[in-house]
Amino acid sequence: MYDVLIIGAGVTGASVARELSRYNLKIGIIEKENDVANATTKANSAIIHAGYDPKPGSWKAKLNVEGTAMFDKLCEELDVPFKKNGSLVVAFSEEEMKTLEELYENGLQNGVQNMHILNAEQTKELEPNLNEEINGSLYAKDAGIICPFILTVALTENAMENGADLMLNQEVVDIQKENSNFKIKTTDQEFESKYVINCAGVFAEEIYSMVTETDFEIIPRKGQYFVLDKEAGDLVNTVVFQCPTKMGKGVLISPTVHGNLLVGPDSQDIEDKQDIDTSKDRLDFVREAAKKTCAEIPFHLSINNFAGVRATPDTGDFIIGESDKVKGFINVAGIESPGLSAAPAIGKCIREIVEELHGGLKINDNFNPKRKKMVRFEELTPSERAEIVAQNPDYGRIVCRCELVTEAEIVDAIQRKAGANSIDALKRRVRTGMGRCQGGFCSPRVMEILSRELNIDMCEVVKDSPNSRILTGMTKYSREEC
Amino acid sequence: MADYDIVVVGGGPAGLAAAIEAKKNGIDSVLVLEREVELGGILQQCIHHGFGLHVFKQELTGPEYAEFFINELEELNIEYKTNTMVLDVTNDKEVAFINPQDGYQIIQANAVILAMGCRENTRGAIGIPGSRPAGVMTAGAAQRLINIEGYMVGKEAVIMGTGDIGLIMARRLTLEGAKVKAIMSRRNYPAGLTRNVVQCLHDYDIPLNLQHTITYIHGKDRVEGVTMVRVDDNRKPVPGSEEYIECDTLLLSVGLIPENELSQKAGVEMERRSKGPIVNESRETNVDGIFACGNVLHVHDVVDFVTEESRTAGKAAAAYIKGEYSRKGSLMTVEPGSSVDYIVPHSIDPQRVVDDKIEFMFRSTKLFDKCRLIVKQDGEQIKSAKKTRVYPGEMETIKVKADALSDKPNSKITIEVEEVQEDE
Repeated sequence: MYDVLIIGAGVTGASVARELSRYNLKIGIIEKENDVANATTKANSAIIHAGYDPKPGSWKAKLNVEGTAMFDKLCEELDVPFKKNGSLVVAFSEEEMKTLEELYENGLQNGVQNMHILNAEQTKELEPNLNEEINGSLYAKDAGIICPFILTVALTENAMENGADLMLNQEVVDIQKENSNFKIKTTDQEFESKYVINCAGVFAEEIYSMVTETDFEIIPRKGQYFVLDKEAGDLVNTVVFQCPTKMGKGVLISPTVHGNLLVGPDSQDIEDKQDIDTSKDRLDFVREAAKKTCAEIPFHLSINNFAGVRATPDTGDFIIGESDKVKGFINVAGIESPGLSAAPAIGKCIREIVEELHGGLKINDNFNPKRKKMVRFEELTPSERAEIVAQNPDYGRIVCRCELVTEAEIVDAIQRKAGANSIDALKRRVRTGMGRCQGGFCSPRVMEILSRELNIDMCEVVKDSPNSRILTGMTKYSREEC
Repeated sequence: MADYDIVVVGGGPAGLAAAIEAKKNGIDSVLVLEREVELGGILQQCIHHGFGLHVFKQELTGPEYAEFFINELEELNIEYKTNTMVLDVTNDKEVAFINPQDGYQIIQANAVILAMGCRENTRGAIGIPGSRPAGVMTAGAAQRLINIEGYMVGKEAVIMGTGDIGLIMARRLTLEGAKVKAIMSRRNYPAGLTRNVVQCLHDYDIPLNLQHTITYIHGKDRVEGVTMVRVDDNRKPVPGSEEYIECDTLLLSVGLIPENELSQKAGVEMERRSKGPIVNESRETNVDGIFACGNVLHVHDVVDFVTEESRTAGKAAAAYIKGEYSRKGSLMTVEPGSSVDYIVPHSIDPQRVVDDKIEFMFRSTKLFDKCRLIVKQDGEQIKSAKKTRVYPGEMETIKVKADALSDKPNSKITIEVEEVQEDE
């Protein structure tokens, strides 16, 4: 019996879980995928927005600005890569310069600080590689870039360290309210909880419809991206947006917190909420659209493409709060952009709601806000490298040569709470296979380590989902040997 | 004081041959650093035969070919470290490496031979649209899993690209009981060696689809199929030619890329077409005392040529250490002429040419059934040779007598390929 059951282990669910784990509550997180951060959270622009975009007075505006201000401390506590490199919205005409003024005003109303309107020259000074035809820009110093996977893994791990449970591969099929409690049925288990928090992303509508008639709709909206080699990572210093239009924020060019370059997304309404296929026409569109900002993007250094699905609400704003029809059922739905930026503030906001429902919350005296630091061998100085390998020789064994990931880091990522259980889960946590060879060299070694540490057969090692096995059996020779 | 005269980065066929040659030329202080658990490089997973026709005049398997050099290395008491990753090479030849035994070390070398090999091009780099399921991998990764680890990667495969590893893996999968449903090349001829097309595809009735490519990968958890289309002469998909092929595996053999991240850290200048360092006839780069050979320099299709080239580099590095490496001569530059993609070396100092012949290695930009290879010096023809079937997939070599390169200081050498009419 849980006090709180959170449905969905994306960045929203994980933030809520971590915030609630400060209190004496029995918390469960159920996730239909084989890992946390495995839907919208894993495929987006990875931006912490300053907060000048959303309409003043909206949930988006309030929680974006509040959330963004929380990242310095949060990322310090949880050891999450985060860089406040600022953002630019560039204007290509005098008319768009007016849009920048409006955004600036909007930002002021939302409480955003450290914004500046730059002229063409100042913009060029900040971003010398952009096209000449730029009239000016809106510079927001408080915007930043983050690793959304590591953030979500860290939030979940910390929540678990503080007592929360994580249940993977649990797709909710039914929710019943009996007396004052909820019975949540998944494909193979049943859970009971006082409160249910619906953080189900694109499926929030389906989850809500299990308890009552929904009054919102979640429209899946796909966006596609290019990831470029680290060789291209310093093309821009800040997150560079184009002027927003009715169609959205446009295509951005941004360094990633790990030093790659990200270009995208487009925006496409789709039918299938799990459709994350990439397509040539859409990627061609992204490529052309981005050239408007910078004609010199070295697309020949592209190392991967991906697509993600935004959980766009038909209401235009985040849907946050206890259902007015089902007591104890809290919706956190329609968390599209700036959802990543807002996540820590959403956590706080939900805690206030739970506190009121529960009639006050008792502090968890054992709460530890810190996550055990992860060693990132690639970022160590030569003397730090020498020191750490002297302590543990497994740091001397480089498994992923492109991203310089050692065996010790891989083992640590598997053994932690909310640990890695697949090739992609490791990729998201320690970046094995994330580099220019895309796992061509290291995946056999990574599979061996997963097999050894999880105590499973090599053939049971999966790429991501439980049905995504890599190997189909042994060769004739090995079979004879067995 | 230097720790070693010569440090060789990479213990594959290139590094082994270079180290052995340096030792044979009188240099005792040589260290080979290898990132894998054993020496031999990618040869160790190439268990098929066909290696060594030029060097040994017999057909060896990859591991046999490697074993010959590993044994020689041991007999010559050349020092090596496996499980060792080189993290940095500086332009003054400091080499930083790490391994579980020695930890993190920085050593000073008098000369460095870069022999890191190459990597395979990936799905992400060529941008094949569709879903991202398990069952998509490079042909080389599959080769390692099957031949070294002993595991099968699928039951029904499609192979995109006709590089040599793709061709070899088509046969290997078939021998292991898998069905190879299709293999394809975007061009109107296969990328790999003709002998591999015959021995790996024709002999096993594997359908080769020329001028075809894959435009979509299907399947959520595991590959369920691919969409193959015909492409026109500009390699653009022909609408309406889409064909869905059911399969659980897609192997990619879509090009090899020299691994030059370390070279670039050392300040080595690169060439755009070969994707490798710019070198002189001794395989020395623009950085004094840093040499490069094998697939890190340019992708070879036959290991024997790697061996020969690496011997050149090893011998030159030894001469460099012994102070016998002349820098007196004037450099002749080498540039590709019409229908030539790249040429190695990029420059020649005739004073340093010790043999009586200079060998040029190059690739054509397109397929020729009958043609003539022409070498010119400052526009004047100094050598020509008739050839049949010249194509980008097979590296060409042409030797020029050193004395044919009359000592014209600062002259320019070009090589071109010219079509020969049938009736000629």
